[in-house]
Amino acid sequence: MTELLWLLVALPLAGALVNVLFGKKIGEPIAGWIAFGLVVIPWAIALGPTIGFLTGSAVPETIYLFSWIPIVGADVAILWDPLSALLTMIVTGVGALIHLYSIGYMHGDERYARFFAYLNLFIASMLILVLASNYAVMFIGWELVGLSSYLLISFWFTKPSAAAAGKKAFVVNRIGDWGFLVALMIIFASFGTFDFGVIFVSAPSVLTVGTATAITLLLFLGATGKSAQIPLYIWLPDAMEGPTPVSALIHAATMVTAGVFMMARSAVLFELAPVSGAVVATVGGATALLAAVIAVTQMDIKKVLAYSTISQLGYMVMGIGVGAYTAGVFHLTTHAFFKALLFLGAGSVIHGMANQQDMRKMGGLRKFMPITFVTMTVGWLAISGIFPFSGFWSKDEVLAAVFQRGGLWLILWFVGIVAALLTAFYMTRLYVLTFYGEPRWDADVNPKESSWTMTAPLVVLALAATVFGAFNTPARLAFEHFLAPSFALIGESETLSLSLLITLAAFTMLVAIGGIIWSWRTYAGDELPAEDSSFWRRGLDGFGVDDFYGKYIVAPGRTMSQWFSDTADPKGIDGVSHGIAGGVRSAGEGLKTLQSGQVRSYAGGIAVAGVLLIVALVVFGGGF
Amino acid sequence: MIITTTWYLVLAAALFSIGVSGVLIRRNALVMFMSIELMLNSVNLTFVAVSKDLGLVEGQVAALFVMVVAAAEVTVGLAIIVAVFRRKASANIDELAELKG
Amino acid sequence: MGELIVFVIFATVALASAVAMVSARNPVYSAIGLLGAMFSIAILYVLLDAHFVAAVQVIVYAGAVMTLFLFVIMLIGVDNPDAYGPAVPAQKVMTWVVSVGLFAAIVLAGRAAWVTGSDAFGTPDLNGTIEKVSDELFGTWTVVFLSTVMLLTIAAVGTIALAYFGTEVADEEATL
Repeated sequence: MTELLWLLVALPLAGALVNVLFGKKIGEPIAGWIAFGLVVIPWAIALGPTIGFLTGSAVPETIYLFSWIPIVGADVAILWDPLSALLTMIVTGVGALIHLYSIGYMHGDERYARFFAYLNLFIASMLILVLASNYAVMFIGWELVGLSSYLLISFWFTKPSAAAAGKKAFVVNRIGDWGFLVALMIIFASFGTFDFGVIFVSAPSVLTVGTATAITLLLFLGATGKSAQIPLYIWLPDAMEGPTPVSALIHAATMVTAGVFMMARSAVLFELAPVSGAVVATVGGATALLAAVIAVTQMDIKKVLAYSTISQLGYMVMGIGVGAYTAGVFHLTTHAFFKALLFLGAGSVIHGMANQQDMRKMGGLRKFMPITFVTMTVGWLAISGIFPFSGFWSKDEVLAAVFQRGGLWLILWFVGIVAALLTAFYMTRLYVLTFYGEPRWDADVNPKESSWTMTAPLVVLALAATVFGAFNTPARLAFEHFLAPSFALIGESETLSLSLLITLAAFTMLVAIGGIIWSWRTYAGDELPAEDSSFWRRGLDGFGVDDFYGKYIVAPGRTMSQWFSDTADPKGIDGVSHGIAGGVRSAGEGLKTLQSGQVRSYAGGIAVAGVLLIVALVVFGGGF
Repeated sequence: MIITTTWYLVLAAALFSIGVSGVLIRRNALVMFMSIELMLNSVNLTFVAVSKDLGLVEGQVAALFVMVVAAAEVTVGLAIIVAVFRRKASANIDELAELKG
Repeated sequence: MGELIVFVIFATVALASAVAMVSARNPVYSAIGLLGAMFSIAILYVLLDAHFVAAVQVIVYAGAVMTLFLFVIMLIGVDNPDAYGPAVPAQKVMTWVVSVGLFAAIVLAGRAAWVTGSDAFGTPDLNGTIEKVSDELFGTWTVVFLSTVMLLTIAAVGTIALAYFGTEVADEEATL
């Protein structure tokens, strides 16, 4: 079955092409169903081999497709191991559900088919990234994913804020990409190839700690761009301008996890640079906390979820930083399910509320949108980390791994606990404001449940968010075993005693429950709290980070480019080209006098030249 | 004294120079043209002299070709001069300076 | 010895004719000067044993090209028409002397060959004979030869076109 794996990329690409070229003719909803089918089939193709990994009967393999740049060791080949299999299932599975959801959500949009083309392009790009067997192909996927994100964020480009958001996402990502590229350069300088197999096997002997630290820090810079960590997270809240399925797919479940995936893939390199690990974990923890605080203050339902994503990504990054790669990837998986669920549910709410996104205008929706309500409940409990939903297991595994490192890492663990408290708080706030209390919407809004194409994915995701936690309980650790072949080159880490794990988990859950109760009591009453102190106002603004960047980074850049366009370009570059033209013109004017039109002067010129030639031939050619 | 090939070549060179001076000095288009013909003749003389010297017959063949081409050139050239004369009623070549840049 | 005399005489004639051509005021005199130069060169060709080329020189250059020149000169007119009349005194006498002397020289010179056959002047250099030249011309240089044929045709057509267009006949036919 693994010979068919190249179809994983080819089919969505074909779908994108079909929808771009013939989308208008195909029309809705068939264009959507085509796109959906071309994501389901890859999911089915990948299912068999993945189960093979699960039962332990399959081994990781590299499937060679074709040669690309032999001189740098960049072949186009698929690295099929448990890690890429897992991400493939997530991308195609959640992706297929979101395609299904979009068939209903994007109904009536005039660029319907183009949307599905972009979605398919995204799936293909993400799969290129995930299945790559060398850094060069992974980078191609990385860039393509950034492109798809840009296209999808600014899908409604006639809205200036959407266009600006797309641009912001792309530019901020670019800064991260610069880090990635420099890391690739150092990797190539050290290894002479980009191939994972060669690099990861020879890394311990080839790299010094300094080089490894440089590489991993730069790789992390790339990850901060894609996975929205400090300092490059600012694009993610703005990216909510895109349609909600886009937010669910790209900015919750898949693209933002690309950074985490890339770091997990490069685990061998991170193991060689403990300093980078510390930096990564600290940044992750800080991001988790900061984003959670900002999320508390937001009014827009999607913005809350956006900051929540940043915060949860911080958890994943923190897990990677402390060397708990499987824990980070596990949280990535559970997060994909429950965050996609939350976003799709929010989309259902927005759809039913006639595009209203402000939570102050919602309330009491549980009676009007029952399926959405039930599934969102599952999502809420999962993200808050309540037993037995999946989020509980994954978040606790990350926090346990941090706790285990002891010493100064306990500060990070505490930060994680506070962030968990805040997560429970703001998610409950969202939940209560949306579904409980008295209706606060305008008179002409008529909320009702969404169609089956939108609610069916919600149900499936809710099931996954409920059940998936069982995959990796401390008792079974099936997930770790599943992923073990991918991390074979890293040593086993010692596990904590079961009793300590249970204690930590219980403590975390108590904290979460405490946050829920606190939030419920604040928001479920008859009157909403005012939320207008300076804390709330500044938080709404993201604590001024955007303004800071704008004043100290964007503005100087704009001044510089203004100078270039007003001064350097007209005077310098145009001056040179005009000067050359002027010089040629005056030379021509000078030479014009030779053309007198007088035949005899021409003949005279020929005669003189002939004489000179003869003289030259005689003098330099050998004389008489 | 034996007439060596050099004598012929010198004579041809002299005729050629006279032809060049004719082209540069005279204003009448027809006389210019005739000077050009003289130059061609001198070249022919060179060809034949050298052909005698080397013992090849190719020189004479070349001279024949030159003659043919010269004849064709004279034909067309004179036709042009006549056509120009019809317009300008003058054979003064200094007045035909319309290609002045 | 004879060769030297003939060469000196006719080289001088050639140079003098050329100078006359360049310096004469009347274009007709220039044409006559050129004619004289061409005849002299033809004789020099004979000295070089290029008999066929000499013959062609006289026929084509002196015969056709100079005739054409003279026609055009008369068509276009001369820059400064001088009085037509004998400019050189005793011109008539000189003409008689030259003509009769030329006839006598030819008869005397050719008498040996006419009576005893062409061997009287020694065997000619075979390289200049018409057979040899034609062997080369139609053998090795066929393509060039045919190209010159084409060239002449094109020149002839071009000349007619130049002469034709712009006349009243052409304008009439165009409006028909």
